[in-house]
This record gives sequence, C-alpha cells and structure tokens, in this order.
Amino acid sequence: MKDFIIPWDDKDMGTPAKEGAPVTLTIDGFDVTVPEGTSVMRAAAEAGLSIPKLCATDSLEAFGSCRLCVVEIEGRRGTPASCTTPVAPGMVVHTQSSKVKKIRKGVMELYISDHPLDCLTCAANGDCELQDMAGVVGLRDVRYEPGRNHFEVRGATGANPEYIPADTSNPYFTYDPQKCIVCSRCVRACEEVQGTFALTIEGRGFESRVSAGAMGDDFLSSDCVSCGACVQACPTATLQEKSVIELGTPERSVVTTCAYCGVGCSFKAELNGDELVRMVPYKHGKANRGHSCVKGRFAYGYATHQDRILNPMIRDSIDQPWKEVSWDEALSFAADRMRGLQEKYGRRSIGVITSSRCTNEETYLVQKLARGVFMNNNTDTCARVCHSPTGYGLGQTFGTSAGTQDFDSVEHTDVVIVIGANPTDGHPVFASRLKKRLRAGAKLIVIDPRRTDLVKSAHIKASHHLALRPGTNVAVVTALAHTIVTEGLMDEAYIRDRCDWDEFQEYAEFVSDPRHSPEATELLTGVPAAELRAAARLFAKGGNGAIYYGLGVTEHSQGSTTVIGIANLAMLTGNVGRKGVGVNPLRGQNNVQGSCDMGSFPHELPGYRHVKGDEVRNIFETAWGVTIDPEPGLRIPNMLDAAVEGTFKGLYCQGEDILQSDPDTKHVAAGLAAMECVIVHDLFLNETANYAHVFLPGSTFLEKDGTFTNAERRINRVRKVMAPKNGYADWEVTMMLANAMGAGWTYTHPSQIMEEIAATTPSFANVTYEMLEERGSVQWPCNDANPDGTPLMHVDGFVRGKGRFIVTEYVATDEKTGPRFPLLLTTGRILSQYNVGAQTRRTANVVWHDQDVLEIHPHDAEVRGVKDGDYVRLASRSGETTLRATITDRVSPGVVYTTFHHPDTQANVITTDFSDWATNCPEYKVTAVQVSPSNGPSEWQEDYAAQAERSRRILPAAE
Amino acid sequence: MSPEKMVMMANQIAKFFSSQPGDDQAEKVAAHINDFWEPRMRAQLLDHAKAGGEGFDPLVVSAIGHVREPA
Repeated sequence: MKDFIIPWDDKDMGTPAKEGAPVTLTIDGFDVTVPEGTSVMRAAAEAGLSIPKLCATDSLEAFGSCRLCVVEIEGRRGTPASCTTPVAPGMVVHTQSSKVKKIRKGVMELYISDHPLDCLTCAANGDCELQDMAGVVGLRDVRYEPGRNHFEVRGATGANPEYIPADTSNPYFTYDPQKCIVCSRCVRACEEVQGTFALTIEGRGFESRVSAGAMGDDFLSSDCVSCGACVQACPTATLQEKSVIELGTPERSVVTTCAYCGVGCSFKAELNGDELVRMVPYKHGKANRGHSCVKGRFAYGYATHQDRILNPMIRDSIDQPWKEVSWDEALSFAADRMRGLQEKYGRRSIGVITSSRCTNEETYLVQKLARGVFMNNNTDTCARVCHSPTGYGLGQTFGTSAGTQDFDSVEHTDVVIVIGANPTDGHPVFASRLKKRLRAGAKLIVIDPRRTDLVKSAHIKASHHLALRPGTNVAVVTALAHTIVTEGLMDEAYIRDRCDWDEFQEYAEFVSDPRHSPEATELLTGVPAAELRAAARLFAKGGNGAIYYGLGVTEHSQGSTTVIGIANLAMLTGNVGRKGVGVNPLRGQNNVQGSCDMGSFPHELPGYRHVKGDEVRNIFETAWGVTIDPEPGLRIPNMLDAAVEGTFKGLYCQGEDILQSDPDTKHVAAGLAAMECVIVHDLFLNETANYAHVFLPGSTFLEKDGTFTNAERRINRVRKVMAPKNGYADWEVTMMLANAMGAGWTYTHPSQIMEEIAATTPSFANVTYEMLEERGSVQWPCNDANPDGTPLMHVDGFVRGKGRFIVTEYVATDEKTGPRFPLLLTTGRILSQYNVGAQTRRTANVVWHDQDVLEIHPHDAEVRGVKDGDYVRLASRSGETTLRATITDRVSPGVVYTTFHHPDTQANVITTDFSDWATNCPEYKVTAVQVSPSNGPSEWQEDYAAQAERSRRILPAAE
Repeated sequence: MSPEKMVMMANQIAKFFSSQPGDDQAEKVAAHINDFWEPRMRAQLLDHAKAGGEGFDPLVVSAIGHVREPA
C-alpha cells in the first residue's frame, strides 16, 4: 500500500474541456482529434505540445489578453490567439514559426520591463508561470530603458507614485501589486469559479490594477470570501499564500480529502518533509473540480495548535484535575471502568458515539466496539442531530437513505429548490457550482425564513423566495404539492410507471383537500399564496427540477415528514432517476454520510439493515464471532435521559462535542454528570471533556489513512501525510480500547477494515483501496451489479421497487410563541466557522467571526430598545444566555437567528428537548424566545466558564 | 426519561400515523416503536399504559397491544 503518492497528472491544459463531435486537425505535423469547441491551445496540450500562455488556465474560460499564445494557422491571416480560437476540421497549425516566436519574445520583454527581477527571493520562485514563460520563449535581455513602473519603491526623483505596498489584510494570503501582470485570472476566478465578484480591474492601460471591493476596501473588508480561487489562478507571486512566503515552496504533495463539510473536496496537501506548507484544491477531485473554500483551503492550522492534547489523561471524578498517564494506564483504567459498570448496572448501561469527522474505518470500529465488545446496540452519531430524518424519510419513500445525485448533476438542472439550507455558508464549494449554473440561466426557488445570500447576490436572484415562518415546512411543501396536483401539473406517466399508483391516489386526494391550498395556509406559513403557486408551477414545468435541502428541513418536530414531502414533490414531477434532478440532502460534516453507512445508528447494522433481521445479524455474528443484540439501542437523547435516570453509566465519545452541539445544554450536562465513566477521544479538551474521566488524544485527518464518504455517496481516500502527533491514528486507539476489553482485534492498516466492510456490506462489496487508488473515488453502491459505482440512484426504478407517496399532515410544533417568549429563534452556521468551532476557532478564521451574534429585525429591535452591537439577553424556557445583537432585515419580524460556533455563548442552552417524531432529531430550528437588553454575561455563562476552567486543569506530569 | 416526555414522543408518532390511510395505524405505531425504541423505553411505555396510560393519544392506547415486551 502506497501511503505517499505523487498526484496523477494535473497539467494545465489552458482552456476548459468541451463536449462535442470529434474534430481532427494538424498541429506541428501531428494529427490531433478533440471535441468540437475545443481551443487550439487545448488541442495542442492534448497532443503533448505546450503553447506558451499567461492569461489562460483550464479552470477559466479563455480571455485572449496576454498575446503570448499566438500561433499561425495555414490559410488564415495574422497570428490568432490559440486560447480563443476553436479548432476546425483539417486546420493546420504551427506553434513555433519564427514569426510567433518573435512576437512572444516581444510580449515577454514588455511584461518583464515592468516586473521586479527578484526571482531568487520571490515566494513564487520555482512556482511562477511568468518565470517559466520567460524561459520558454528564450528571453535573454530587456531592451527597454528604466522608466515608469509599478515595482520600484523609489524612483530617480523620489517616491514612486505607481508603487502600491502589498495588501496583507487577509490572514492567509497577500496581494502584492508590484508583481501583478494584470492577466485578470484572479478577477475571472472570483467570477467564474467562486461567483462572488469581489475583484475587478480598476483603471485603464498602464493604470490597470486588480482591486478588491470598492474604493478604500482591502481584501479583508471587501466581499472576498477567501476561497483561494484567485490565489490558485494567479500565475505569479501577486496573490500568494502567506504559508508559502513563510515556509518556502513545497516539494511533495499527497492527494487527500478535506475534513470539513459534506461536500468532500479533494485537496493536494503540499509539504516539505512532514511540514504542511499549503492545501491546494485538486482539480481532478470529482466533488469540487478544483475549487475550495476558506475552511478547506486555509483553516488547517488547528492540526498543530498548542491546545492539542497529545498525552492520555485520566481522573477519578470530574472535580479533580487531569493526570497525564501512559496509554496503557489510560486504556486499562477505561476498560476496567466500563467492564465494571456493565457488571454493576447491566450490559446495556454503556454505549458509544461515533464521529462523523472520523473515517469510515474508524466509525465502523466504534460501532463494532458497541456491538461486538459491549454486546449492545448503544451506538449513535452526530447524524442523530442533523440528518437522521433523511434516513427515515428517503428510506420510506425511495428505499435508501442517501442523496440521489452526484454534484456534477447540478450542471444539467433547470429549476432548483433550495429548502432549509444555506449552501454559500454551509457547503460553499457546492454553492459555487450551483451559482455558476444559475448564472447560466437555471431558475431558483429558495424556501427559508431568512434572506440568505442565494436569494440575491452578485448576478444571482431567486425567482421566488418563500420566507416561511419557522416550523411550517410541511404546510409549505404540502401546499406546493396541492398546487401541482390540483392544477394537473404532475407527471402522470412517470408516476404510473415508477410509483405505487394506489398510494398516489390516496395521496392526491389528501393534498387536493382545500385546507392544504396555499390560500388556506398563507396565514399560518406567512408565504403569499400567489408566490407559492408561481413557485410550484415553475418547479413542475420548468424542465429538470432538483431539490437541495439541509438542516432547516430535518431539525424540526416534523423533520421526517418534510423529507417525505420533498420526496413526494420529486416523484410528482418526475424528477428522480436522471441527470439534473433528484433529492439532495446537503450533509453537514465531512463523513456524516459515511458514519450512517457504517452502522452508527442504534437500530441498524452497516448498510442500513435493521438489527432485528436474523440474516443480517448472522453475517456479522459469523464475521465477528459474537452474538449481536436484536434489540435497538439508545439514541443520543435517550442515552442522556437514561443517564439522568441512572441506567446509563458509561460513554465512549469519539470526535463529537455533544455538550456544545446538542440541544438543551443543561440537560446534556446533567446526563454527562450522572455518568460514571465518560471517555472523550478528541483533538482538544472540548466542552464534553469537562465531564470526562478519560481523555484519549485523537489524530487529525492529516495523520491517518482511511476514507470519507461525502453527500453524493462518494468514497474518497484520506491519506496520511504526516505521523500522528499523539502517536496513534484514531482507529488504532479504538482498537487498543477494544483489546483492553478483551476483543483481540488485529488490524494493521485501515485497508483491512475496508475489506471487512466490503465483505459484510453489499453496497460496499467491490470497494477496495486498490480500486480507490486507481480511480480516485467511487460512489456507492459499488458491487457486482454496479461495478463502477453509482453516480445517479433510482435510474431504472426505485431501490425499494415502486416509489411510495406518503401523506404529510401538518402538525404544529408544541414549541409556540406566547407572551413570555414572543419571538422564534432559528439557528445556523456561518462560512468561516465549522460546527462547534473546535477546529476553526483555532485558526485565523476568527477574524471573520469571533463571536456568535443574534440577528434581529429592526422592528423587533426598536420595540425592545436594542441597538446594533448591544449586548442582549436571549431567553427561552430552557435557559438564557447573552450575546451581541446585529440588526438586519435578513430575518423577518418575529424571527431571530444565531449560530452555535462559540462555547461562551452556547446557543444550545436556549434550544429545547423537543424532537422529530420519527427519529428524535432535535428541533434546533424553532425555539420560542424573548430578547431584552443586557449588561453582560448571564449567571449561567459565568458559572459555565468557571466550571470549564476548573475542569480543564492538568496536573504537571510526574517525573 | 420524564413520563411527560415519553408520552409526548409516543403521541407524536401516533399523530403521524393517524393521518395515514388504511386501518392498520395502531400496528404501524407499534411497529415504529418496536423498531426504534430501546427496551427500557418500551418498558416505560408499557408500564405507563398499565398504570392507566395518562396523557396517551387514543391511537397509542390501541397500539400498546402490539408493542413488543422487552425480554
């Protein structure tokens, strides 16, 4: 097994690939056949001939400004730019005639006349296209006399008025105008790839300058989202990673997968030795196609942060300080305690929480620990609190719990519904791909209580924004179905062919009832009926319709019902089973799809098979040599309830911070405090660790081998680029704990764990590390029936056979506003921070978001005497906290919004223990609250901070 | 968990299945509980039913007979 690999060929082909009929031409005497529409430059590159270029790169449409790529074409006048000239049949091209060589040398001479010649001390030395091109064209001297230029700090007559010092405001990269050749690649990348339009070229001719934002802005204060696309596109050192400036150009690289959101971007980790210099988006990554966001591209510094705990620690009780001990001592302490608890309180008194941030292999081992060593099904994962309703809803309607499409599918979509998701913050790289499609003409319907950036931003505008009242998703989705059915807009042929017709008729009768009409529900949902009807018509008749949704759908009392409603809408309109359509849950964490696939839920074994099935249990009983409990185990909220009750006593929690991320913090704290052995396995002393007795240091995604599965079911390799700073990869730690409890596991590499997964789980049957090495990635199901994996699901029919329409009656949540708590709080996240912030708060990303703030509408603020930036007290029936207010009409009157990235605000002390009816997924998105002016932290915040500080004390190591 | 919370969770399930067509809603409520409720939760549910089932939705009451007794 190769741990270190050289990335596959990622040569820059100059212009993007095209699809079309084959065209054959001759370049420098070689015949080349390429798709129609391909540029001459790309055709030459396909033939292995590189035409010099500066303003062209294959992530951007050709621009034709640098004139370096000129060629001669027989029968055509002049010297056309090869980047903007499409191929034609029989074309005869010469790339190295004396005429074009002379032109190129002249062009380079002009460029270099206004460029500093400090190559040896330049951060891009060895990684500079200008330098390369000077070499390629054979530039040997520059005939121009010194004169006006942009690079000298001082000229002959004093300060150089053209010189602009470098803009170092962004924490991760610099903009150094003296090195700029005004090729516009950065500006085009910001527009075409990222879709933010933060950059422009200001001025004309010699005055032309790259400029971020408006006059007076720097990169940090502009609209720039720090995705790195401009840095990636820059051919010189003008836009340069600060890490490269500091550490030097990297000499080796390893392709791996980002450990942030569920998009699962592929990156090249570029290093010197074991020092990570930068993360660069990998252009052959099938999820991200060479793009990245500020988290994956830049926010990896947490991996080496001083707060990382590298030695195991134990303590008898949580009021004591931690004591650093050897791995052996920590593991036998943990194993003895856990076994002791089972002896005293019973087999089902302990359990695990698997990590959606760890690999498939690690997650598989943690649930195996519960099932095969603890001998119970008390295993759950963070998906409980995010997409468990997706599992239930899509399982019931389609027959399997996963998104139906790959991300490429969005390029074939005509109408998109985004419901309860804010992809420009939560799934930024997917959002960029979506925005690109929208700019090309696709229509957008946003269903969200807030005016998210997708509703209107640069060159994007939703056709309809249904700004519903939190908690009314089911009513809105059912009203959309009502309109489609009663106006006869459904795809009857599709329904007859693919779905259960009897169930459809019952469903049609249900939704046709006038009480589900947009007019009847308008007062409840707050969505104007005419707008809703127009949206329904657009979705039903606008061509390929795709639905993307997030936690704004699932985290409700009726989360599962809304997922079912979304599946109904897709089936009604014939929008499942081909490119450009489908139902696409945007998964939150990097491997939350994988952790669900791997059997993390307490009711199902790997591959979504219920533990009650004898046949399924037999497979694992034979493989593991144990007897598996046929009863479902406890879900996270049930574990906490049982803990408070005194029947659940021990927890092994890997890479998850339930105290901060789970709702009703006081209840979570009470549950944890009631346990007698809490084992936290993490990078940092997180909030949950305040209540832990054993701390096992974790490893980062850079320090281990494995696989992550993203939201499109794509299994991507995670590769070890450096040794674990804590000594062991997480799968090894779990194995050591299991073995301390007598398991006798003998894995020596994660590939062996994948072999076991493939042998026991039909949807992974043909997945091997060799295959992933060869193909880069594969989408499950991957087995004999689908040897190449499955980019699109339900193509010839639904997995379960006939698609099921299920009635979706709206039931109001019991969480209601009233005189004491008149506002509705909904929660979410922000681009620069990730989940509980344990990683991103330990990076320079805090410059964009250093605290959680409360978004409140001007009307609600005014009647409460709250001004922008004021401290406010936010209270619900569960608890209260304080944070600063920001006044904005992004939220409707009556609705307030905040994020949960910072432990000192702890938004979850406010959220309640109400949950989805089917899955217990908490209702984070609807909490009745009151907001009032405040002077500072609440008593609870002060107590919490004091307890946290006490709990984090570590005794000096014994000599 | 508190009896109120358990009753609420059971009633939420009943509320969903009561809206479904057919005449096997009670079986469906019980099947859902059997599939997703851990034995000690089912025991609490059954004990509460035996003690009179205060607060239960009528559909929960009719589902009780189909809920599997924990071993």
